[in-house]
Amino acid sequence: MLTDKQLRRKQFILVLAVCLVVLAGAIILDATLPSYHIIIKVIKKGAVYATVAVSMNLLNGFTGLFSLGQAGFMLLGAYTYAIFSIPVAQRAGVYMYYDGGIVQFSIPEFFAGIFGESFGTGFGMIVTLILAGVIAGLIALLIGLPVLRLKSDYLAIATLGFAEIVRALFQWAKLGPLTNGSNLLRAYPDFKHCTAYILITAAVVAIMFLLVNSSYGRAFKAIRDDEVAAEAMGINLAKHKRLSFVISSFFAGVGGGMLAMYMGTVQALSFKSAMTYEILLLVVIGGIGSLTGSVFTSFVYVAAVEWLLRGLDSGKFLGISAPGIFKNGFRMAIVSILIMVVVLFFSKGIFGDKELHDLVKKQPKKAKEVKKNA
Amino acid sequence: MSKILSIKDLQIRYGGIEAVKGISFDVEEGKIVTLIGANGAGKSSTLRTISGLVKPASGSINFMGEDLVGKDQAAIVKAGITLVPEGRRIFPDLTVLENLKAGAYLRKDKAEINKDLEWVYELFPRLKERHWQLGGTLSGGEQQMLAVGRALMSRPKVMMMDEPSLGLAPLVVQGIFDIIKTINDQGVTILLIEQNANMALKIADDAYVMETGKITKSGSGLELLNDESIKEAYLGKKK
Repeated sequence: MLTDKQLRRKQFILVLAVCLVVLAGAIILDATLPSYHIIIKVIKKGAVYATVAVSMNLLNGFTGLFSLGQAGFMLLGAYTYAIFSIPVAQRAGVYMYYDGGIVQFSIPEFFAGIFGESFGTGFGMIVTLILAGVIAGLIALLIGLPVLRLKSDYLAIATLGFAEIVRALFQWAKLGPLTNGSNLLRAYPDFKHCTAYILITAAVVAIMFLLVNSSYGRAFKAIRDDEVAAEAMGINLAKHKRLSFVISSFFAGVGGGMLAMYMGTVQALSFKSAMTYEILLLVVIGGIGSLTGSVFTSFVYVAAVEWLLRGLDSGKFLGISAPGIFKNGFRMAIVSILIMVVVLFFSKGIFGDKELHDLVKKQPKKAKEVKKNA
Repeated sequence: MSKILSIKDLQIRYGGIEAVKGISFDVEEGKIVTLIGANGAGKSSTLRTISGLVKPASGSINFMGEDLVGKDQAAIVKAGITLVPEGRRIFPDLTVLENLKAGAYLRKDKAEINKDLEWVYELFPRLKERHWQLGGTLSGGEQQMLAVGRALMSRPKVMMMDEPSLGLAPLVVQGIFDIIKTINDQGVTILLIEQNANMALKIADDAYVMETGKITKSGSGLELLNDESIKEAYLGKKK
């Protein structure tokens, strides 16, 4: 038997080692591959999905609130990021139908003026990402007041409706000077290196991890398990549900901003409810109530769909050339089957409700096995 | 002994139904007080109202000189009244330790919380053995211990228990009542509602009988235990 202290130290070392390996890998890839390379793209998109999946897990997995508004909050984040970071000189071109739009400043440019071109721009981009989260969080606060009175399925429908309304609203021509109507937003800065994405996602996951293990996190889980008992312990249901909803939406907004960066252009049309379902899939497959499960699954899923299984759509896969079968759409059919297989074998998701550090267990025997496998 | 909790003319309505029709009773500090009665007598409603889950139609709930009517649950727990809900209602996906810490949610004094944790472990050594186990994997009796332990973690002056014997084997019930006695001996006032009248009356200092929203009898536990009409109605004495 390990003592609690030893156990915690071992777990910390494991997590730290994994983080360092991932970080080193990202830096090496950035140095050797061009930024348009598929591996870099996969890592970037994986990081975006991991951020949003973790935010959704906080709400659906840890607080037990079944919300389907993630795409709406991502949209808010993506638009906030794009609107406030397009360089002033480019605005006339982007907002060509709306006289250059009404916002006539750029946060990254503002900071570039203070801290210099390269650091200032990067710093400004981070600030804009945080602003994207804040806007999403504020809207969540307002929406939460009526919507969080609802339970389970009704909450899901209400949040889904909210996301659809936001999507329609942002395409409305009257809001054009702000949102560019149904036209694209583009020409805003993004991070060329995937390391930046990894670092942002790591920061989000770390914050989430601290939150989940704080007394607030315990209150969230208590509410999920039994509302009546939680209330009997003096936990204020309305306040904690609102808190969880706002924090989750904040990080969904940050994720949306990252998605805007990754895609290079933003259009409301792409934030369909299918995007929410995709994220929900990652949360469920990774394990409801497991942050590292969500992160792991996000990267694996994106890598499989965007890269490894591409051949299934284009005629040649694993050296097998079968243009008759491997046609457009076959890839997603295979992905669906894989997902079903995973769900059958891991009925509580790949990680269940365990985290990465739970690989180091109290029983020394099992810990040895893990080491051998690693 | 002084009155710690005093209920006056409490009326509770659910829509048009009057569940509790103006009851008054006192809980004296350091005692075990029990409300017994059949299903639908209004016992649970009374406890739920004291703990702030239900707002009363009229009446007052005075706790150490302070009126609790209209206060929210957090304030009532903070003031020192904690409910052990009916059916245990532990958090099944939290560990035993997390369950106990959830009970101390409103407290910030870490050192004192740890002290109380040791106290709960002393009362229930079984919980200490299983502190890393998920609440849902415990047996019924252990879950009841956890529910009581969790309530104690808020360091209540009055602990209200709603049917702690529900669905437990007789031997386990005996254990639970022993624990209630021990906790009471350590200075926690207990307000207990039970259908298991026999057990409840045996340990109670004061007892009240509720029937269809009214208190019909009161006295010491021993008095009611020997009362002929109570024997007939609740204790299963043959006529």
